Amino acid sequence: MDNDRLRAMYQEMILEHNKSPRNFGPLEGHTHYGHGKNPLCGDDYEFYLEVKNDVIERVGFTGDGCAISKSSASMLTTMVKGKSIEDARKLSETFLEFILNEGPKESLGKLKIFEGVKQFPVRVKCATLSWRALEQALLKTKHIASTEA
Amino acid sequence: MTTMLNKKVDFPVLNTTMRGNDLVYLDNAATTQKPKSVLETMNHFLTKENGTVNRGVYFLSQEATKKCDDSRKSIQLFLNAASEKEIIFVKGTTEAINLVAYSYGELLKAGDEILITELEHHANIVPWQQLCLRRGCILKVAPITDDGHLDLNEFKKLLSSKTKLVSFCHISNSIGTINPAKEMIKLAKEVGAKVMIDGAQAVSHLKVDVQDLDCDFYAFSGHKCFGPTGIGVLYGKEALLEKMPPFMTGGDMIETVSFQSSSFAELPRKFEAGTPAIVEIIGLGEAIKYMNSLDFTEIQEYEQKLLNLAQEKLGELDVRLIGPTHTKAAIVSFVVNGVHAHDVGTILDMEGIAVRVGHHCTQPLMKRYKVSSTIRASFCFYNNMDDVDALVRGLKKVREFLG
Ligand SMILES: Cc1ncc(COP(=O)(O)O)c(C=O)c1O
Repeated sequence: MDNDRLRAMYQEMILEHNKSPRNFGPLEGHTHYGHGKNPLCGDDYEFYLEVKNDVIERVGFTGDGCAISKSSASMLTTMVKGKSIEDARKLSETFLEFILNEGPKESLGKLKIFEGVKQFPVRVKCATLSWRALEQALLKTKHIASTEA
Repeated sequence: MTTMLNKKVDFPVLNTTMRGNDLVYLDNAATTQKPKSVLETMNHFLTKENGTVNRGVYFLSQEATKKCDDSRKSIQLFLNAASEKEIIFVKGTTEAINLVAYSYGELLKAGDEILITELEHHANIVPWQQLCLRRGCILKVAPITDDGHLDLNEFKKLLSSKTKLVSFCHISNSIGTINPAKEMIKLAKEVGAKVMIDGAQAVSHLKVDVQDLDCDFYAFSGHKCFGPTGIGVLYGKEALLEKMPPFMTGGDMIETVSFQSSSFAELPRKFEAGTPAIVEIIGLGEAIKYMNSLDFTEIQEYEQKLLNLAQEKLGELDVRLIGPTHTKAAIVSFVVNGVHAHDVGTILDMEGIAVRVGHHCTQPLMKRYKVSSTIRASFCFYNNMDDVDALVRGLKKVREFLG
């Protein structure tokens, strides 16, 4: 039972992204930047976006944290690349609504695999951290997104 | 063959199950469990005897006052302080250090130096930083060696006639190092500095004698030594406390008050403004009584056996132990290679094993070891060999799940 819950959270794809994160590394010439930090557990990520004509052309991230936060960051980068700012924002909203509340998951694609995290309330923040940082980046604010805001 | 102490029977929480398994509680450095006697004493007081202290002429208040006085007396004897006046009730170690930083801090001037160590908890760093900002003092930090012990040579070099206060932990909450307190105090006294010891982790593991140590201040928290939260103790040498201005002011700490001026009560009440944490003080007194029933020599031997076993078994796994391997309390800090501490914590939790993961309020120390967080298993005399085995099994499961 507990093993099932663990397996539901630590999905194959999550572990794989954790081991080999995509778009990992800083981005020269970025136009947008976001920083996400969880002061309680030390998860800390920075996101770099290059936006041209309202489209996210390139994206990169650096930082470190647990398997959930890192795979979430990695999958975020693959999901928003090529999207318009508007669409990226919508995706972020839908994902946060899904993780934090009972929002629909149909449009989330492979991000659905984070469903298992909902069984672990203290770990939900790990999955949302990078999306909060993305929102900051898209708003072009200078604030650090914190899980303890 | 190691004899078990079998103290779990005294602690109701330890006889509960957690997620279908026996609870394996290995977060004693964060807070310890409470023996039945403490729980019953507090419950009895609140249900049958509740009243305030120092004011009431009625029976309940007199009884409550007496119980708090008794508790203070037992703490004086427990620490071997010279007088009850030297025992000040505070909220915990954090408040004790802040009290000294504010009150003793008033006696310091620009350029005076405060020396701490790299091992310190944030509670023994930030109050001094703030004091330095207020009064222009200078904070110095004595480094540790790679094996997690204080670098005594560097410590000596940092001491000078400018050093007015040295403050350090008796035992590190993060990596378990037992500091050579007596030697450090002697060196500090040679340059005329006062010494404060953060004893938050020590009182549950070793016998503390403040006169033998010859420290000026000693602080600990009730909840880390089998008592309740919300209560702790600051020991201070009487002559020094007399010289210090009050920290907080208000009721209970005054002699007379007029709108022109006020005079303050005698020690220890000069430092105890407001209605105290009565039931917590009584609970702490009972916790002291419980500790007095223990043989600390036996406890230390037993905890060292647990520690050695844990270090030996963890050493067989793919983990990196952080900090010292000897002259330490039964606190083991480690990282599982390739796995983040938080993921380890979650999987252990599923097995009913409570450990702390994170930076343990010692971010500078984590930086020193180039890790952002560790897993910390902190043992108490009520833990046993089965708990060590459970931890090892849990860590094997971590590999199973996370590769
Ligand atoms: C070494 C040390 N100092 C200070 C503290 C602060 O104690 P409290 O939070 O009870 O005030 C702790 C507790 O985590 C500690 O371990």
